[in-house]
Amino acid sequence: MLGRTAGGLFWMFRYLERSENTARLIEAGFRIALTRSAAAEDEWSSIVTVTGSREAYLARQDTFSGAQVVNFLLREKQNPSSVISVIEAARNNARMVRTALTREVWEAVNETWILFRDLLARPINERDLPQVLATIRQQGALVRGALHGTMLRNDIYDFARLGTFLERADNTARILNVKYYVLLPSVSYVGTSLDNVQWETILRSVSAYRSYRWLYGGQINARSIADFLLLDLSMPRSLAFCYEKIYRNLNYLADDYGFRNNCHDQAMTIRERLAGHTIDTILDSGLHEFVEEFIRDNNQLGREIETNYRFIG
Amino acid sequence: MAEDDPPFDEMFESPERIRPPYRRYDDWIKEEDLARLRRKAEESESFFRRTGITFNVYGREEATERLIPFDIVPRVLSAREWARLARGIDQRVRAINAFLYDVYHRQEILRAGRVPAGLITGNEAFLPQMIGVSPPGGVYTHIVGVDIVRTGEDEFYVLEDNARTPSGVSYMLENRETMLHMFPELFTTNKVQNVSNYPEHLRRSLSACAPDSCPGRPVVAILTPGIHNSAYFEHSFLADQMGVDLVEGSDLKVVDGRVAMRTTRGFQPIDVLYRRVDDDFLDPLNFNPASVLGVPGVMDIYRAGNITIANAPGTGIADDKAIYSYMPEIVQFYTGEKPILGNIPTWRCGEKDALAYVLDHISELVIKEVHGSGGYGMLVGPAASKKEITAFTAKLKAKPANYIAQPTLALSTVPVLTRQGLAPRHVDLRPFVLVSPNRIDLVPGGLTRVALKKGSLVVNSSQGGGTKDTWVLEE
Repeated sequence: MLGRTAGGLFWMFRYLERSENTARLIEAGFRIALTRSAAAEDEWSSIVTVTGSREAYLARQDTFSGAQVVNFLLREKQNPSSVISVIEAARNNARMVRTALTREVWEAVNETWILFRDLLARPINERDLPQVLATIRQQGALVRGALHGTMLRNDIYDFARLGTFLERADNTARILNVKYYVLLPSVSYVGTSLDNVQWETILRSVSAYRSYRWLYGGQINARSIADFLLLDLSMPRSLAFCYEKIYRNLNYLADDYGFRNNCHDQAMTIRERLAGHTIDTILDSGLHEFVEEFIRDNNQLGREIETNYRFIG
Repeated sequence: MAEDDPPFDEMFESPERIRPPYRRYDDWIKEEDLARLRRKAEESESFFRRTGITFNVYGREEATERLIPFDIVPRVLSAREWARLARGIDQRVRAINAFLYDVYHRQEILRAGRVPAGLITGNEAFLPQMIGVSPPGGVYTHIVGVDIVRTGEDEFYVLEDNARTPSGVSYMLENRETMLHMFPELFTTNKVQNVSNYPEHLRRSLSACAPDSCPGRPVVAILTPGIHNSAYFEHSFLADQMGVDLVEGSDLKVVDGRVAMRTTRGFQPIDVLYRRVDDDFLDPLNFNPASVLGVPGVMDIYRAGNITIANAPGTGIADDKAIYSYMPEIVQFYTGEKPILGNIPTWRCGEKDALAYVLDHISELVIKEVHGSGGYGMLVGPAASKKEITAFTAKLKAKPANYIAQPTLALSTVPVLTRQGLAPRHVDLRPFVLVSPNRIDLVPGGLTRVALKKGSLVVNSSQGGGTKDTWVLEE
């Protein structure tokens, strides 16, 4: 496979994952705004921070009102991480690697782009937002379904999956990075109500509100939320889960190609670090530091994969 | 070709009489409901958009990807009509390859005085870097798209020989797929010759042109300028259908005397490069130094005989519009036969008498830039306003050698589906020819382009033209 093609696949799936993550964050913010309006502005502000576009946002807006944030994150073309920009980038990558995709995957991505372009052509008002977000989620599922159902399990698939899980791990880690303080076992939060707004946002922004309750029943507390997002191997957006997948996909590549690269060692190190910790040891040694280090290493791994598999010349 | 006669309609001999190739189609469409057909036509559009069969239009900010409108009425040719066209095209393509070999070697045709030497050596399409180079298998034009126009029952003319990087074959294939999908019943009653094996033919034909040094199965790749190129869809479509890699200049590098592509496992040498970038951008070391689309040093590898470039660099000299007017002589010179397909009478404006004639008759003529293509920079006299003519006259007088002029042909018409029903529109035809050593393959069909505007003669997609499926019937 061409190195550029591998890179195109990797980035195509990173962008697709990103568009879903952004939609999920907006969904969480919207939910908070509707149910606890006093906390809304702070939530919107931290959501913008999670997407890494705080500076770009503040360059055009002074306040974090729902409508402004939603439009900035969904349809602002000047914002490179808005859903519309990201889908455009995903589709451009898909066009570039079209020969590596099945017709089903290509059409799902192309259709998604056509749909979003129309859907996001005008400002989104509150009334339409749930439908718009639902469509973004559905389209994500459609592309994923086409990928699972029609693609050969070969290096093409491996690079697509690597992109997905690196991006997902980054997204979960960013949420933790912005919200880490509410998960600290500090005095002020001990014994706070189950209705903690912050906790709910965190769980909703990784689509895990229900699965968490299901798993932990009445035991809702900061420690178990942190455990769930960092180390739970059954939680598809946890860091540990993502690294199981990354590690496995890199190994498939190594078996297929008959050689290993630096990226294999790096991925193994990160995976072992996650496996070697319990939530208590992480909290003891500092959640924030742990997450920051993870984000750095995760980015570094992305760059290493890019070099090892010759994405660029 | 008198101007006042109505143009030749390929379906209707008269409002009541249907020409033989269209009879079965006519039986069918008479029973169809206009509303249903209109609905089908709309369906086809959404099909094309979903599949991403689009082309990019230069110079527009928004909506840079556009669909080429597809008309659902097929253009039908009988086996007999096709057989004659095929013979004529075969002859012409043989002559073009012989001509190219000659102008880059002994230049016998110039010595014989049949083509003026200045037209070749002073031509920017002539590449001095190709002098004395013999391409693998002796093939210059691996793929040719010969543009044919028709003016009567047996009157076919060659309008242009596209010998550089002709595009449009993906539309030929997708148009057929669309028709098969939408109107399967038509293919039961009409015996239409198959075109869908074109990609296999292309791969086989290109592989047959691999350098002699190539052991085993040749590695073929398509070189594209990238996703922003107007024909990008076609590049990726062909790569996909042939099962070969679609590479960009940045993927390629000269490694150990071979042109190789950067893969996830290392560099892999390429034997045949089907390039869809122009000569000028092919190699920044040998041609345009600013090019980022090409491969530095590819020409040196080519000259050493270690890669096949399709089409060969420098083939543009054969489809230059000034050379075009010499094609009858060229065919005769190399094949010893009379040309089977006619040329359109052409005035070379660089010649004094011709220029005087053209200026006198400008409102009746079509005037084209010698190096232009895509319908840009041309004047269709009868359709032009006084202002346009005045402006064009100034350009023409300033650089007469840059232009040729041709009579406005009454191009044949084929019906298209409009809101009111069938209505005649002018068409042309681009069949695709594959050349390999000792062999010329012509897929029975081609791309029919149609001027969708009533009365218009400009069929180029960049100028609002559409396309049709082209049927060649079995005997």
